[in-house]
Amino acid sequence: MDATVGVAYSRIRRDEKLLLSALRERGHTVEKIDVRKQRFGLESNEALESVDVLVDRCLATSRSRYLTQFAESYGVPVVNRAETADVCADKVKTSLALSDAGVPTPETTVAFTTEAALEAIESFGYPCVLKPVVGSWGRLMAKVDSRSAAEAVLEHKATLGHYEHSIFYVQEFVEKPGRDIRVVAVDGEPVAAMTRSSAHWLTNAAQGAEVAPFEPDERARELVARASEAVGGGLLGVDLMETGDDYTVHEVNHTVEFKALNDAVEVDVPAAVVDWLESVVGGTADADETVGDADEAAGDADEAVGDADGMDRDTERAERQSPGTLETGGD
Amino acid sequence: MVECIECGAALTLHDDVETGEIVDCGTCGAELEVIAVDPVEVDTAPELQQDWGE
Repeated sequence: MDATVGVAYSRIRRDEKLLLSALRERGHTVEKIDVRKQRFGLESNEALESVDVLVDRCLATSRSRYLTQFAESYGVPVVNRAETADVCADKVKTSLALSDAGVPTPETTVAFTTEAALEAIESFGYPCVLKPVVGSWGRLMAKVDSRSAAEAVLEHKATLGHYEHSIFYVQEFVEKPGRDIRVVAVDGEPVAAMTRSSAHWLTNAAQGAEVAPFEPDERARELVARASEAVGGGLLGVDLMETGDDYTVHEVNHTVEFKALNDAVEVDVPAAVVDWLESVVGGTADADETVGDADEAAGDADEAVGDADGMDRDTERAERQSPGTLETGGD
Repeated sequence: MVECIECGAALTLHDDVETGEIVDCGTCGAELEVIAVDPVEVDTAPELQQDWGE
């Protein structure tokens, strides 16, 4: 099945190039949509009208959150969904979602003032970690080793300007074995995984960590599936740390980068992502057909409205936004 | 072949270059964004923003 896949971007990284190549190799029509040039009305956006599915590859989290909401409002299936983007874009929301779902995640305290944050830090003891609630690639993460360091970092954060820096997200420091684990998963099913190792306490690939293939065991797979479900599913990068006899999930990424993973493992990651996208589009098309047939049988006058698939707008929105529509795909 | 808009050096890009891709000028190190491919045009790449990432 050839589909028209919209790829929303503001920068074409190597990840996007890999994805674009994989989509074109399968014969899909790719519409590259530079979100910097788009205007989103409450009813429609011209660039999104012709796509069967929209893949959100926005580099900016803020754009990603709004783009996905507009797409869903227009009835355009979007990967990942707005709910997922909203939860994953915010570390507080992610921590709450994981905790609510019973997924092991580092102990976390949030405070709204430097005084309360300092109390939280003292309560954790040293070292502990201060993270921005929105951010990536390990930027502005602080491992706090002493009270004087805590006071300095909190003062700096309080003067950074953006209100989000005054939401103080304090977390236990997890003694990991010099590495963490990145699993790229589609609706909770691992595509591939790697370890990221570094002598530095930050082990992000973007910070220069060394990567190596990793085979998730049963427990890791279970946690990836549960973490995925907790944030709304989709194409995700789930990060885990080993804690001796178990794992803890410390992050879930919704516009996951996979170039480092693709280099590290035998699996063709972009091809596997396209496999899954095809199932998403397939599921949506199946649902469209079903609804279209029902409308035809009822003999209503949808054609006169000029709707190409014979569905009225509200029905289309409801069908396309249904979680089941996205998750029961498959040719 | 395209000219770096910062230093004027000639840049040779891959055949599969995409609009939206970021390339580095090997002479001055400037980050450039490919804004068109037929013919290739480049502009200064946007600065890193706080909410960029994955």
